[in-house]
Amino acid sequence: MARSLRKGPYVFHKLLDKLDKAQASNKKTVIKTWSRASMIIPDMVGQTIAVHNGKTFIPVFITENMVGHKLGEFSPTRTYKGHSGNRK
Amino acid sequence: MARLAGVDLPKNKRGVIGLTYIYGIGSSRAAEILERAEISEHTKVKDWTDDNIRDLAKMIQEEYKVEGELRSELQLNIKRLMDIGSYRGIRHRRGLPVRGQRTQTNARTIKGRKKTVANKKKATK
Repeated sequence: MARSLRKGPYVFHKLLDKLDKAQASNKKTVIKTWSRASMIIPDMVGQTIAVHNGKTFIPVFITENMVGHKLGEFSPTRTYKGHSGNRK
Repeated sequence: MARLAGVDLPKNKRGVIGLTYIYGIGSSRAAEILERAEISEHTKVKDWTDDNIRDLAKMIQEEYKVEGELRSELQLNIKRLMDIGSYRGIRHRRGLPVRGQRTQTNARTIKGRKKTVANKKKATK
């Protein structure tokens, strides 16, 4: 079910704080976050956000196309490199 | 011969059914279109008058995204998912189910015919 429009997109509040700080300092810093459920909002475009996948942080450079997706979609949690002898 | 949106419609079927042969028009849209064109759903495709066909063609052309246009939009949407490197895009790229279905068994619709692995040992108990 879709989220109520009244509430707006979900973004973890601490992530918002970090975003504000990054934008204020105007430096390209990588923001680390565990909040995979946060929606990518237009303010994040151009930032690099390191999204935790349960083990490490995967740096994700946010482009305009990604707005509206969740951060977790860009940080895969499973590793599977295919079976042996399965070249393709 | 009725030809709408580049598709030949079956002559001997009822209007509602005939319209669903167009990609992008299913049964509810077919019913909606016919209602607005004031054609009975039960009129066979071959019994449509030229005026009817003109009305329908115009309506479909102007208000609905069908056939090639719809297909290309779908492809673009999938391509976008792949380009931004999202989980769904990766699943599309690998030809695996996108919406979290199980893949240990089944998932044959998207994975295609079974590919048997030679010399795969049976699990021993």
